[in-house]
Amino acid sequence: MTAYEPVIGLEVHVELKTATKIFCSCSTDFGAPPNTQVCPICLGMPGVLPVLNRRVVEYALRAALALGCEVEPASQFARKNYFYPDLPKGYQITQYERSYAYRGHLDIEADGTSRRVGITRINIEEEAAKSFHGTRGPGGAGESYAPPRPSPDSPESAAGGGDEGEGYSLVDFNRGGVPLIEIVSEPDLRSPEEARAYLIKLRNLLLYTGISDCKMQEGSLRCDANVSLRPVGQEQLGNLVELKNMNSFRSVVRGLEYEIKRQTAVLEGGGRVARETRGWDEGRGATFSMRSKEQSDDYRYFPEPDLVLLRVDQAWLDRVGAEMPALPEARLRRMTQEQGLSEYMAGVIGADPLMAAFFDECVKLQGAGAGAGGGEGAAGVGGAITPAALANWITGDLARLANAEGVEFDALPVGPEHLVDLLRLVDAGRISGKMAKNLLEECWRAGQAGEAGQAGQAGQVGKAEQSGKDRPVAPLPSAIARGKGLEQVSDEGEVARIVASVLSGNGEAVASYHAGKDKALGFLVGQVMKASRGRANPALVNRLVREALGARS
Amino acid sequence: MPAVSAAQVRHVAALARLSWDERSAPKLVGELNEILAYISKLSELDTADVPPTSHALDLRDNVLREDEPRKGLAQAEALADAPDSEAGMFRVPRVVGGQ
Amino acid sequence: MTPLLAASPSITALTAAELRELLRRREVSAADAWQAYMSRAAALDPALRAFLEIAGDTPEVPGAPWETHPLLGGVPFALKDNICARGLFCTCGSRILEGFRPPYDATVTVRLREAGAMLMGKTNMDEFAMGSSCEHSGYFATANPWALDRVPGGSSGGAAAAVAADMTAFALGSDTGGSVRQPASFCGIVGLKPTYGLVSRYGLVAFASSLDQIGPLTKDVTDCALVLSAIAGHDPMDSTSARVAGEDYTRYLVPDIKGMRLGVPREYMGEGIEPGVRAAVERAVAGLNGMGAEVEECSLPHTEYGVATYYIIAPAEASSNLARYDGVRYGHRAGGARAGATTGAMTGAGAGTGAGGDLDLAAMYERTRSEGFGAEVRRRIMIGTYVLSAGYYDAYYLKAQKARTLVKQDFENVFARFDALVTPTAPTVAFPIGAKTADPLQMYLNDVFTIPVNMAGLPGISIPCGLSEGLPVGLQLIGPHMGEPTLLRLAYAYETASGIRHPRPAAVNAAVAAAEAIRAAGGVGGVAK
Ligand SMILES: [Zn+2]
Repeated sequence: MTAYEPVIGLEVHVELKTATKIFCSCSTDFGAPPNTQVCPICLGMPGVLPVLNRRVVEYALRAALALGCEVEPASQFARKNYFYPDLPKGYQITQYERSYAYRGHLDIEADGTSRRVGITRINIEEEAAKSFHGTRGPGGAGESYAPPRPSPDSPESAAGGGDEGEGYSLVDFNRGGVPLIEIVSEPDLRSPEEARAYLIKLRNLLLYTGISDCKMQEGSLRCDANVSLRPVGQEQLGNLVELKNMNSFRSVVRGLEYEIKRQTAVLEGGGRVARETRGWDEGRGATFSMRSKEQSDDYRYFPEPDLVLLRVDQAWLDRVGAEMPALPEARLRRMTQEQGLSEYMAGVIGADPLMAAFFDECVKLQGAGAGAGGGEGAAGVGGAITPAALANWITGDLARLANAEGVEFDALPVGPEHLVDLLRLVDAGRISGKMAKNLLEECWRAGQAGEAGQAGQAGQVGKAEQSGKDRPVAPLPSAIARGKGLEQVSDEGEVARIVASVLSGNGEAVASYHAGKDKALGFLVGQVMKASRGRANPALVNRLVREALGARS
Repeated sequence: MPAVSAAQVRHVAALARLSWDERSAPKLVGELNEILAYISKLSELDTADVPPTSHALDLRDNVLREDEPRKGLAQAEALADAPDSEAGMFRVPRVVGGQ
Repeated sequence: MTPLLAASPSITALTAAELRELLRRREVSAADAWQAYMSRAAALDPALRAFLEIAGDTPEVPGAPWETHPLLGGVPFALKDNICARGLFCTCGSRILEGFRPPYDATVTVRLREAGAMLMGKTNMDEFAMGSSCEHSGYFATANPWALDRVPGGSSGGAAAAVAADMTAFALGSDTGGSVRQPASFCGIVGLKPTYGLVSRYGLVAFASSLDQIGPLTKDVTDCALVLSAIAGHDPMDSTSARVAGEDYTRYLVPDIKGMRLGVPREYMGEGIEPGVRAAVERAVAGLNGMGAEVEECSLPHTEYGVATYYIIAPAEASSNLARYDGVRYGHRAGGARAGATTGAMTGAGAGTGAGGDLDLAAMYERTRSEGFGAEVRRRIMIGTYVLSAGYYDAYYLKAQKARTLVKQDFENVFARFDALVTPTAPTVAFPIGAKTADPLQMYLNDVFTIPVNMAGLPGISIPCGLSEGLPVGLQLIGPHMGEPTLLRLAYAYETASGIRHPRPAAVNAAVAAAEAIRAAGGVGGVAK
């Protein structure tokens, strides 16, 4: 039987986090009431004209530099014409024949090998608005809304996924006109894992340039894939399928895996793969046909007459390069030389900007809390949680949990404040290291449950607006510990009482200790711990037992 | 250049989101063909080495705006002329089928 | 303010500059001027139908700074209805924008208000500026003040008629292929299409973005320079706005053109020109020669391709510019607000009604656009969509862009030798209402002499140069890029020497007399709509 090789190319849309929209001065802040960050320009009213935002160009140039692209001295905007309610002008301003950047590359590591993936081109374009699709309930007005369609730039995507057919949509133009770049890769990827590696590497690189939040769940980073199969060794590409609606790294992998299996089955059955656009249905774990290539829209691109050529000279490019935030190397140096992390640990954190951001936030919180709240209950203990200790927890337990659940560090159910709180409990001797591990997991579950509850209450419309900062809804570890009586007993009087009672009830062991059997000490300490139901501070127990025994040292 | 058929005109109408009315179609097809025949006069021109002009003026400088937010319209102003709205948003019939 | 003065045509007979002088000397007040023009507009509009909307009360109180602004303080004006003014409707002569009030001003509106001018209302036009006769308005046709059964030209026909009939002191129109110059020619007034980029397009509802330009329609050349001084200059809201500051164009009004080199392109004087038009233009050329200009024949060999090129590029851009009229955010929506009930028996292309009898989105789009746009607009959207569609782009649109280069190069070649070109503005005088509506192509060909100027982005001015069959003939002067000073000087010199300045149509005088007779008899005057 013929062996087939998948050929995959990715189109990634990235929202740029400028203060204002691409062609007007409306704010791009999240969370405002609908249609309050709009103006005649981004509402496509008659007679208005676009003026390009300088920072959009500079952010786009950062991406081009980070991806090693050649930047064109002159590029041109074009109109992509199609009708959709979230497209106020009836066309999207994008780049078509003359993009601003071409011929870049990204090196990825996957399956133990390194591979260079070509970047064909990058375009600057504008975001569509958000539509909320309602269904007509018995009362006439639709009070339930499905989530906004995932790829606003692709007009067809809303049609898929089993429409109810009737009803209506509501359109909010607050996000309409937010700047985007579209990064088109060469068909250089050969497996879903490589696609994932490419996306993560791309995301990390863009995060370091500071041009975007790159949050797939929130749509500030979106990915479409072109995938085809060909017999191994064959040069010519097979029939291409465009895959849409993948809203997480995991769904990209799952969608591609499914699609490769599906196409393999078609080919092995002697069939031909149809050239079409397919959507990924996360719920069913399958792709579905959205439209065939024959039905494909005719976008009637032509040069945008309302804008002039975008000219970028070497001086501007140099300036943008000089203003770029520190890339991974500089951060690594800081972590090892100033924060005392091991090379290994710095490497792990430095490779993931989201993890690095989490780490930075922890370090900041810890520093801020040391003076003020740090002393709370931490009798006599220094409150010195080192960056290395934080890094240990982040790359250890937290990373393990995150991996197991497949969530990114900007979307954990616990936040930096939780980790810092937890480490303060340990540092103050109020819980043991082992208890801390359990407490972290408990905190994590509580956070997940809280998230689900919140989403259920607010409805999905609300969730779309929910900003990342509000995410951790878990109670703090200290609160959980208090509530469950889990906290370590470090009160000397209380522990002394337990010690006294244990010693008096274990005369034999006391005697054997005095007879020179040091092992008895361990037994007695164990009994005290048991009597305290594990809550007594082990170090304190140890000291008090020794003292009570008139310990020889 | 060959004349356009009714089927082609119907396709163009769909692209432009204009209704297609079978009764008045022949007249429309006739008019379009007359106009297209006239504009096809351009095929007489040898433009092999001629660059296209998309702007009347050769604008050499970038035109850019600083990234500074400015107040736009209030929600009520944005929706003032909307044929239909609900919950602060523009209300439209739902898209049906894959267009 | 005396009622007698308001009813008198004497204030309205003045040009803007003359009125400004009386205002400066405080012989009349801005309120007098406002009242006089409003009364005359109200009296004449039932016959001419130049206005789509006339403003209500005086927009500002007398004594406000606008009364004293040296440029246009206290001078009433009108805007073509595709130029936005906050508080007034902006329909572009189209049913699809019926009831639309833009919550913003066009840049030119802001500048004229800052210069003290007072906005009287919005004038009729061919729908979305697509037409050469004002007959393609979605509301009604406008009559030519010189002959009420003739068209005023288009698309700025309402503006030209209003200025010609002294219903307003001046107006702004827009010119995509001749829409300021041709109606100026048909109505016997001055119309300037400035260099592309000299006047901001912000707030001008787009027809063909790479060709559109706002220009003044005025009673004489001095007013043209005055209004241009108020509106010209860079606007950061328009990316295609030229990086030039506004200036005082009246300083170019010097009646001396000795040694000026003028070209007469032979392609503009060939067949198809009415004999009366040719005669008037030849007289004017001889006159310019007599004033000391060096006149010579020249050639713009690609002239005959201008109209074909235009009728690819303009509809292509228009098909995209007019996509925003979809019944979602403003303007007309088929089936009413909720698009609820099924009405009519329109057959949609692949669209229809949902199972519950409601319009689905595709049907709402198609019916909204087919009901809202008139036949000419639909025709041009169809052509524009076709020439951009897959498989035809290269043959039509790209070809037209290349042809545009050739048209542009023609002008570059002659402007190496000439300071300006002299041509007829249109091949005919104003034609009878209904004469060309059945044949779109014949209507298009009326713009043969004005279109190439837009293709090349050049300035062109039309000034009256006499009559043919009792109707005005327009003389077009074309300049190189930013050649407005030359054009104004030339036009002013001709106006001064020929004595042809704001010729008065007899028909209007008769109409005014009739209106005044009615008023004197105690009847009602015209009522502002
Ligand atoms: Zn805006």
